[in-house]
Amino acid sequence: MTPGAGLYDPVYEHDACGLGFVARLDGRRTRETVEEGLEVLLNLEHRGTTGSDPETGDGAGILTQIPDGFFRKRCKELGIELPEAGCYGVGMLFESGVDEGLGCEGRLEKICAEEGHELLGFRGVPVVPEAVGKVARSVMPRIRQFFIAGQGGDEAAFERKLYVIRRRLHKAVEDSHACYVVSLSSKTVIYKGLLKGRQLPRFYPDLKDAAFASAIALVHERFSTNTLGSWELAHPYRYIAHNGEVNTIKGNINWLRARESRLHSELFGRDLEKLSPVILPGQSDSASFDNALELLHLAGRSLPHAVAMMIPEAWENDGLMDPERRAFYQYHSALMEPWDGPAAVAFTDGRIVGAMLDRNGLRPARYSVTRDGRVIMASEDGALRVPAEDVIERWRLQPGKMLVVDTERHELLHDEDAKRPLFGRQPYRAWLEEGEIHLNELPEPSTNPRPEPASLLERQRAFGYTIEDQRILLAPMAQNGKEPDGSMGTDTPLAVLSERPQLLFSYFKQHFAQVTNPPIDPLREELVMSLKMSLGPEQNLFDETKKHCRRVLIEGPVLTAAELEKIRSLGSERANSTTLSTLFPVSTGEEGMEEALARLCEKAESVVKAGSAVLVLSDRGVNETQAPIPSLLATASLHHHLVRAGIRTATTLVVETAEAREVHHFALLIGYGATAVNPYLAFETIEDLAGTHLMEGVGPEEAAKNYVKAIGKGLLKVISKMGISTLFSYCGAQIFEAVGLNQELVDRCFTGTASRVGGVGMDALARETLERHRGAFSAAWDNAGELEVGGEYQLRVQGQYHQWNQTSIPPLQRAVKTGNFETYKEFTRHFDGHSARFATLRGLFDFERAPIPIEKVEPAREIVKRFVTGAMSFGSISKEAHETLAIAMNRIGGKSNTGEGGEDPTRFTIDPNGDNRRSAVKQVASGRFGVTTEYLVNADVLQIKMAQGSKPGEGGQLPGHKVSDDIAKVRYSTPGVGLISPPPHHDIYSIEDLAQLIHDLKNANPLADVSVKLVAEVGVGTVAAGVAKAKADHITISGHDGGTGASPLSSIKHAGLPWELGLAETQQVLIQNDLRGRVILQTDGQLKTGRDVVVAALLGGEEFAFSTAPLVATGCIMMRVCHLNTCPVGIATQDPELRKRFTGTPEHVVNYFFFLAEEVRELMASMGFRTFEEMVGRSDMLKMRDAIEHWKARGVDLSAILYRAEAPEGTAISHSERQNHGLEKSMDNELIGKCIPALESGKKVSFAHPITNTNRTVGGMLSGEVARRYGNEGLPDGTVRINFHGVAGQSFGAWLARGLTFTLEGTTNDYVGKGLSGGRLAVFPSRLAAYKPTRNVVVGNVALYGATAGEAYFRGFAGERFAVRNSGAHAVVEGVGDHACEYMTGGVVVVLGETGRNFAAGMSGGVAFVLDEAGRFETLCNMDMVGLEPVESEEDIELLRGMVERHMEWSRSERARRVLDEWDEVLPSFIKIMPHDLKRVLRERQEPELEVAS
Amino acid sequence: MGDPKGFLKIGRKPSPKRTVEERVQDYRYVYEPMPDEELKGQASRCMDCGVPFCNTGCPLGNLIPDWNDLIYREHWKQAIDRLHQTNNFPEFTGMLCPAPCEAACVLAINDKPVTIKEIELSIINRAFEEGWVVPRPTPPEKRTGRRVAIVGSGPAGLAAAQQLNWAGHTAVVFEKDDRIGGLLRYGIPDYKIEKWVVDRRIAIMEEEGVEFRTNAHVGENPTTKDLKGEFDAIVLAVGALQGRDLDVPGRELGGIHLAMDYLVQQNRRVAGLPTNAEVEISAAGKNVVILGGGDTSADCLGNAHREGCASVKVLTHGPRPPDNPDHLTWPDWPFILHTYPAHEEGGERGFSVAVKGFSGTGGHVEKMHAVETERTNGKTVAIDGTDFEIETDLVLLAIGFTGPVRDRFMREMDLGYTHTGAIHSENGFGTREPGTFVAGDAKRGASLIVWAIAEGRKAARQADEYLMGESLLPE
Repeated sequence: MTPGAGLYDPVYEHDACGLGFVARLDGRRTRETVEEGLEVLLNLEHRGTTGSDPETGDGAGILTQIPDGFFRKRCKELGIELPEAGCYGVGMLFESGVDEGLGCEGRLEKICAEEGHELLGFRGVPVVPEAVGKVARSVMPRIRQFFIAGQGGDEAAFERKLYVIRRRLHKAVEDSHACYVVSLSSKTVIYKGLLKGRQLPRFYPDLKDAAFASAIALVHERFSTNTLGSWELAHPYRYIAHNGEVNTIKGNINWLRARESRLHSELFGRDLEKLSPVILPGQSDSASFDNALELLHLAGRSLPHAVAMMIPEAWENDGLMDPERRAFYQYHSALMEPWDGPAAVAFTDGRIVGAMLDRNGLRPARYSVTRDGRVIMASEDGALRVPAEDVIERWRLQPGKMLVVDTERHELLHDEDAKRPLFGRQPYRAWLEEGEIHLNELPEPSTNPRPEPASLLERQRAFGYTIEDQRILLAPMAQNGKEPDGSMGTDTPLAVLSERPQLLFSYFKQHFAQVTNPPIDPLREELVMSLKMSLGPEQNLFDETKKHCRRVLIEGPVLTAAELEKIRSLGSERANSTTLSTLFPVSTGEEGMEEALARLCEKAESVVKAGSAVLVLSDRGVNETQAPIPSLLATASLHHHLVRAGIRTATTLVVETAEAREVHHFALLIGYGATAVNPYLAFETIEDLAGTHLMEGVGPEEAAKNYVKAIGKGLLKVISKMGISTLFSYCGAQIFEAVGLNQELVDRCFTGTASRVGGVGMDALARETLERHRGAFSAAWDNAGELEVGGEYQLRVQGQYHQWNQTSIPPLQRAVKTGNFETYKEFTRHFDGHSARFATLRGLFDFERAPIPIEKVEPAREIVKRFVTGAMSFGSISKEAHETLAIAMNRIGGKSNTGEGGEDPTRFTIDPNGDNRRSAVKQVASGRFGVTTEYLVNADVLQIKMAQGSKPGEGGQLPGHKVSDDIAKVRYSTPGVGLISPPPHHDIYSIEDLAQLIHDLKNANPLADVSVKLVAEVGVGTVAAGVAKAKADHITISGHDGGTGASPLSSIKHAGLPWELGLAETQQVLIQNDLRGRVILQTDGQLKTGRDVVVAALLGGEEFAFSTAPLVATGCIMMRVCHLNTCPVGIATQDPELRKRFTGTPEHVVNYFFFLAEEVRELMASMGFRTFEEMVGRSDMLKMRDAIEHWKARGVDLSAILYRAEAPEGTAISHSERQNHGLEKSMDNELIGKCIPALESGKKVSFAHPITNTNRTVGGMLSGEVARRYGNEGLPDGTVRINFHGVAGQSFGAWLARGLTFTLEGTTNDYVGKGLSGGRLAVFPSRLAAYKPTRNVVVGNVALYGATAGEAYFRGFAGERFAVRNSGAHAVVEGVGDHACEYMTGGVVVVLGETGRNFAAGMSGGVAFVLDEAGRFETLCNMDMVGLEPVESEEDIELLRGMVERHMEWSRSERARRVLDEWDEVLPSFIKIMPHDLKRVLRERQEPELEVAS
Repeated sequence: MGDPKGFLKIGRKPSPKRTVEERVQDYRYVYEPMPDEELKGQASRCMDCGVPFCNTGCPLGNLIPDWNDLIYREHWKQAIDRLHQTNNFPEFTGMLCPAPCEAACVLAINDKPVTIKEIELSIINRAFEEGWVVPRPTPPEKRTGRRVAIVGSGPAGLAAAQQLNWAGHTAVVFEKDDRIGGLLRYGIPDYKIEKWVVDRRIAIMEEEGVEFRTNAHVGENPTTKDLKGEFDAIVLAVGALQGRDLDVPGRELGGIHLAMDYLVQQNRRVAGLPTNAEVEISAAGKNVVILGGGDTSADCLGNAHREGCASVKVLTHGPRPPDNPDHLTWPDWPFILHTYPAHEEGGERGFSVAVKGFSGTGGHVEKMHAVETERTNGKTVAIDGTDFEIETDLVLLAIGFTGPVRDRFMREMDLGYTHTGAIHSENGFGTREPGTFVAGDAKRGASLIVWAIAEGRKAARQADEYLMGESLLPE
């Protein structure tokens, strides 16, 4: 196995996990604590995973206090004399490879001596290699411990010294990677490895030693996306265990690196120099985080302080936040950008142990406090079995909050107690008031920007403006304040293949979050988002002075000319600015640009050294003789130059450029280091357009404001699709991949950016710039002031090439209508033409030939079974079009896909004429529309849509006017009420969550394959490996270019990669991890021809999905108006009149797929493949076309795509085995057995059953059995009743069908009642519990997600996102966390108590009632889509009272009893939450009746 | 853009025409202007397609969706700017183009296409009314000093000349006739395009600096040698005026003429000019037979009515084309029975007629001898025993053209011909002779005016590239 070869890069590995700690408040070091820690690990094992070797885990570990008694005993045996407890350091060492020279031991001895400490000796750590898996054993290091004597006195100073020794040792052996110090501390020691949790104590007998005792046990079980795991990557690290992902890691590392030269610490003194680089290159995000935290801590900050600084709460938009708290965060934002991303972090220094959640609360963390003073925190409740009567507090960590246990002072500190001392450390508020100034508060500038020598038109041409830029991008943004939408994906060439000069921006593709990390909804969860930026130099990170927060704040990164002038005139008092021109003389030609760039960097370095705190890079002044360096090139080059020079944080980059105009441009400039951008030409253009036909009724000022707003919103979307909340941390984070830039250019100017197919260099960028410049200043005549047409979004013959065009569409349509293969060939021939060949990467490929007669090739009727139609919902396309595709695919034995809109149950039965309208593939997307248990059991494949090609990482919206009666019916929603699909699946925030959803679906329908749909981006291969480990049966890799639905134009164009890259990477990584055989690999994205299919097969594809082409076959003519409902051929519309124009038939689709298969056969014959199977993964049969006559494409190098992963003999390179889903272990097998009488004859069944947190998805399989037999109708109410007791695992009561009632005495974890389909759930605390039932967490996060019907009664609190996307369940709960009722479209929720923030965000239907006795609800509710009303109508009162009564009945709720007892007094405290949309629909429905009545 | 639902609200409505009774009395333009309000409604029917087949179906690549939207929003000035980006002479195409764009319109699939041609014409008419169409002379500092000869002053030659002049070259147009315009001038009847329309455009070009030399039959005066000596490049836009003839007995009789001879005479008469012809051709009081079913035949038909013929029959060789297009044809030009305004004015249309010969007394035609045909295996063949006769005293042959007239100039240039008779071209608009380019009917055979303009523009760009190494003229 060769990591780093081909497209696989270990940098993109992700992990997630279960974590936990057990701590004793009394600080007693006990054996039990260690054992309890190990038990937690055991009970979280399902959150970890294994790879191809079932006995090799992804990693597990435990961190404890130094067990002095244990080490003293062992060392004595070895003749090592330890100083008194706390006065010696223990090092845990992994050694591998061959030591050269001094070896690890010699080096360590030398370093210790130099640092003035005595190395006392080594101890071989006893291990039992047989306890671990084969793969783990094969890479197992030698494990030793060493001991270093302290010098007495300052403990902290000793820890710092040990840190210095460790860093020096690592640096000394860096090249050979021969040794890795797991931990070196006088306080803590870590035992970890490439293990499963249960193997840990077996492997390390030390852990079983009676003398091995601690008051703290911090444990971690890892789930990594691939299995090329290493012993080092296991958690805990020295200070933390982490469940999460730092999305901004590249930026965080770069910024810390940039800060290093400005660090000075009295505590470290000269030792500081020995530490650099503080963050070791090539580590995981968690390890990097640990390095940074360690540095901040050892330099003087307490762990809670340092953690709060790195993972701040969402303070920016929280008006309710305590001012001192806010000031603390605001002040620290001047010191360091957030380490942004979902996170649950447990941290310890050996004395305190704590945990903290990110601002979004995107990881679970539950804790209990026992009567005997133990604090147990874990990803799941119940991880340590504690009898209910011993628990005195049962709660959860809330978003942004912290919990700390101080084992010395015997204190349990909740968030406020833990953080309050921090807020008062310094007069932060006073400092901020004095030091910070907002740009708005500065006087208007007296100077005006320099006059431009060239006319507006000349400059627009010089910067490549087109009519489309004006008409399709700028004008709509300036008119409506938002980015425009488009449809039908993109079919234009990649920038590097385009014949037309491209802006440098177009060579970059945005990254997005999928699976390992959730995207955020920037609209509905705005409270966590921020665009705030600031200008000014940074100070020493270790200090806290008022000087640190002397800076100029700006609301967002888009500056008007006047604002830029304000910054220019700040003066030395605030921030000296220097404007650097980025122009170069045209006469110096292509080389001139490179020289100018070098000069720019030199100049910048000298002015920053002279104290310039703001650098303005300006391309103003373009004229006949001066051309601009592309602004992104200038910005990124300078950023990296200053990072390398160690002076980056002394200045801020502001870009004054005519080039930036669309969201993607701004995202890139900021992503490569710019703090703010003044797009002056965009503003001038908008001013010029204001009042013209393109922008009617909008004045220039309003237009400019709208434009700024649109860019801001767009940027929020770009960062949130990566799961990043603050633009501040996005700055410099480089979350892009370059496609078509050569390595030299990337290394120099975009250091660290992935660019895997090579491409053009600086000379080509200069050539493109000069070409535009010539067009602007040398044109013979001005063409009546008209710009070039563009043609990127809509085809124009004068503009950009599109694959779907006037010469490709008609022959395809003629061919499928006439059944003429020759006509079809005309269609295909188009793609052999020059333009089409240079539209895609696959166009650059050629095949190796070894012909055989075509008769020997597998028949077309077999090949067509590999074809599927893409996921298009009924809703995005018409009923006629949707069913035509389904019938056609069923006829040929392929598969059609429901898309995310549910499916009418009438389609589950065969039509009288034999046609089958049932879609074989049922999609489960983030909106869960129509996902009932019946829907799930009627599938052959259940596809989890993690992302879609046209807008990966984004959600969607179906406006109310499109929700017709039919659509509302299959989506279980109200006609006329709008529907929102969230960007993330709210039950998938990480890879272990995906494993859980796969398990849930598999339970509901064990016969169906579970598929996971991903979109190509760098690292998708490692994600896919994780998905395979999460037990998906099938993986789809989508290209960026497909997509039929409406999406923002910038997403269609700039997010995601061609499938060639994604598929090849996936194939390579799966093979290298020996996981390929477990999954079927599918690909899609503008597949059209037999050639496309064959290329995809050779790269590893086994199934192929098509959307656009079959639509074209049924009459689509690429109007690209799907989002407008005006499709003139009746496909993408719900308008009954337009639907009549649909003329497509199943025969057309069948003809297309048979033509395609026939063409595939011809190619197979030419290559000598008899069966399709033989062809899969044979990338050796592909080569690059010989003569590439295209000047830009010549630099493209496809060898990484063609790389064939080396694998041991017998490693599968295509699908060969079935996943082991372990369903036989499901408790449901037993439940089904007991319920047979109910299932088979409807007899009543009732029994009790114990449950623990390792029992997952209880009820899912049973419900599937009900739905299979009785459909959505289920069984009569009360048929089955099961009374559980204990702590339920995740997804308790998932998919619960009608007729099933589950009660649970105890508590539950996340995803309770997921997809509830008519069943009844009641959860209430144990009668014996020592805590107050009114204040306990009884259900975890994300309960009732996507529930379509049923009842739920929860006595106690629910976590975050209660009843998210509920569309039918009636639920009562006694308190909820943040974001409750988010995206709800139906059902009723009653909250008899407190709520968190952002209640009802995106709620378009259903109603909620909240008992608001404290009178705070209004401030907590998101009022964007709902109104608040008193509960007055009889109907409402009856509904509410009835639900409270049933709650009392089912959950024994005391609170319900009180409410009912005092009904009249309590009723006025209830608030009804009513969605505006629903209210409008109800009113509209009533109106006709009223008319009649009057 | 536009009204996304416009096509659902409003049906196609073409421009009104003057009544037949009125218009056959004169040679004035047949159509009446469309009221602005209605035009706006028609423009709103445009669906702003992602793949605008109108734009691709138009040889000029007219930015049709763009200007449809501009008219919907009543931004006439910008509309003409956008239109002039791709089309030098929208008034010519607006009046004369059969509109392949409309055949390609996406609405033509299951509805009626947008009235693109009318919108185009309205834009240019309005632009002239408003004084927006003004000469745009190339500033002296942009002059290249290169000289280009354009031979032929039809639409291809004019377009090439204007483009080359704008590129800074000295463009000189040679016309063998006494007036500029080629077929526009003497080929096409006034009721389709009144000649002041042509004059207006030529005046603008003259002001921009294009030089016109009339009565200049290249090859004779100036000689081929002179031409080559004086110019750095040559663009041949000599048309395809050699009319196809019939080789049947009796063809030599008086009263049988090539259509173009008839049309030229009549156009000169309408212009108040002497025909300068040996034999005056007139349809007045005659029983006219027009052979051929294309544009030229329709032009003869319109003229014949206006001259007051006694009767007129339009006969074609092949069978009657279908009334509705085959649904597989879109977006291509459909094979259907095209009906022009001239057909509405009277006359009889006959199909499947093959001419066997003519007879007459006194050297003048009196009868046409014909036979019915049928179409079998893709060939049109005579049916035995179906012979019949038609009495006629004027027969006009409008059965196509065989390429450029092979005069002395053509012989001396010696560029070779294609199998259809057109001048052999290579590498786009080049010829065997470096620096000599060919465009329009001369290159592609008799075709549409829109092709002529499109080719003139493209040939100009290629000539500019030849002269300067690169060209900033639009592709």
